Amino acid sequence: MLDISYEAPRPKIIAGATGDWELVIGMEIHAQVASNAKLFSGASTQVGAEPNSNVAFVDAAMPGMLPVINEFCVEQAVRSGLGLKAQINLRSAFDRKNYFYPDLPQGYQISQLYHPIVGEGEVLVEMGPGVARHVRIERIHLEQDAGKSIHDMDPNMSFVDFNRTGVALMEIVSRPDIRGPEEAAAYVAKLRQILRYLGTCDGNMQNGNLRADVNVSVCRPGDYERYQATQDFSHLGTRCEIKNMNSLRFIQAAIEYEARRQIAILEDGGKVDQETRLYDPDKGETRSMRSKEEAHDYRYFPCPDLLPLEIEQAWVDEIAASMPELPDAKKARFMADFGLTDYDANVLTAELDNAAFFEAVAQGRDGKQAANWIINELFGRLNKEGKSVTESPLSPAQIGGVLDLIASGEITTKMAKDLFEILWTEGGNPAEVAAARGMKQVTDTGAIERALDELIAANPDQVEKAKVNAKLAGWFTGQVLKATGGKANPAVVNQMVAQKLGL
Amino acid sequence: MSIDIDTARRVAKLARIRVEEADLPALAGELSGILTFMEQLNEVDVTGVEPMTSVTPMRLKRRKDEVTDGNIQSQILKNAPDAREGFFAVPKVVE
Repeated sequence: MLDISYEAPRPKIIAGATGDWELVIGMEIHAQVASNAKLFSGASTQVGAEPNSNVAFVDAAMPGMLPVINEFCVEQAVRSGLGLKAQINLRSAFDRKNYFYPDLPQGYQISQLYHPIVGEGEVLVEMGPGVARHVRIERIHLEQDAGKSIHDMDPNMSFVDFNRTGVALMEIVSRPDIRGPEEAAAYVAKLRQILRYLGTCDGNMQNGNLRADVNVSVCRPGDYERYQATQDFSHLGTRCEIKNMNSLRFIQAAIEYEARRQIAILEDGGKVDQETRLYDPDKGETRSMRSKEEAHDYRYFPCPDLLPLEIEQAWVDEIAASMPELPDAKKARFMADFGLTDYDANVLTAELDNAAFFEAVAQGRDGKQAANWIINELFGRLNKEGKSVTESPLSPAQIGGVLDLIASGEITTKMAKDLFEILWTEGGNPAEVAAARGMKQVTDTGAIERALDELIAANPDQVEKAKVNAKLAGWFTGQVLKATGGKANPAVVNQMVAQKLGL
Repeated sequence: MSIDIDTARRVAKLARIRVEEADLPALAGELSGILTFMEQLNEVDVTGVEPMTSVTPMRLKRRKDEVTDGNIQSQILKNAPDAREGFFAVPKVVE
């Protein structure tokens, strides 16, 4: 595996009136398990259904209904845990978190407070070449999602839809190891990438399938190091939790705002209250959720409807054996095997589909060249048309075919770009299309030489200029390329021009 | 353990049970009585004993990830005091 040691990024520093401040951030990510049915019922998880149609009596908390756990959801939690190099707990248990809210028909959420299914793990969050934060994962537990309230359909009523009620969530809890807004966004992005590689969560943030609660506090330089040395939270400031954010941009903006708000309070001699806050993207500020204050007494107790969840090591081993190659390993392999730069490897491993496309093209070819064509030509073109790589009109075989024609010297890079364009709109086999269109590089130096000799004879003044200023020799190259209809290899022409003019 | 009136009031509020102020002292007394009775169990030394979760050795029952339920909107909404356009309608809750 990869044995690269990373340098830790510098924490973000905010200069206050009384000196510098640092940020300390911990996150709880709620990732919806990519399952067909809910965690404890056989109702569908499909979005966009009629309100209250994906609801079983279990989800609506009808008296006497009992939860039965979805084994696939358990498997996905284990898989996610393994993907974060975490401890898997063979015995976990479910607890009830009690509170009243219209979108929670049971009056409690089934969660795992005391015995989560996944224990300590780690995520590597790269902030640049050779710079990365190791963010420790405290735990992952399985729990039920709540329903959805709609407040704008009626002036006096809220409308409640239980379709989401009971859908399986993995709550991934980090340690307070994140030290700035950019790191926080990068952490969420990395976690999302890993979960998508694993296929355990689709990572769709817009639909709320991946959302973050962010705990922010501020401290003075040196305090955080004292916390790390002792794991004693008293060295850190009082934290506020910003709930339910589903955009990387908002997460950064909310942290930035919240840190400055806390600093202003502390510098005025005040005290930060530990509370839950909401980010308002329209106003760009966080505000207190006073209604939740009373609800903080959740009176957790073991859920009497569910026996402890016991899984076998053999099953965990089986899941471990079926793990895909994860982003860090794939990136390292792309850099080692194909000679890619850190940047190119990041782009090509960002999504599994990108990586698969690249590998299909690069297999048996020049990896660096394949990467350039995919990132610059293909992705550039796809972006322009708002398409993803899976919707690409060009297959890996077609792009590979174009690269083969360049490699064998049959076409120039310029011709290859034209060929790419034709294949994009009309399709076809690259070699056949190139032949049919008469795209063939002139390798006959005799033809190039004749064209150049004519030009030199006809333009003595240009020859004189070029002899004074070698840069002007480019004019001859341009003219030869024009005369040969772009079919001559520019490098060959350049060389010949220099030779003929005695430069 | 004894439950005072403030605790009784708080517990009632958390459980969303309306209790008249005049009834609180009696309620607090009853709750204290129940807890004191239960406290007799503390006399048993259970150090090192795992909590029993079932009287018979049973494994948590599991389900396959298949959609086998749902599409019963009218039945789900049947007991609702108010339902409109497929939704439960409740007094406005605003954050």
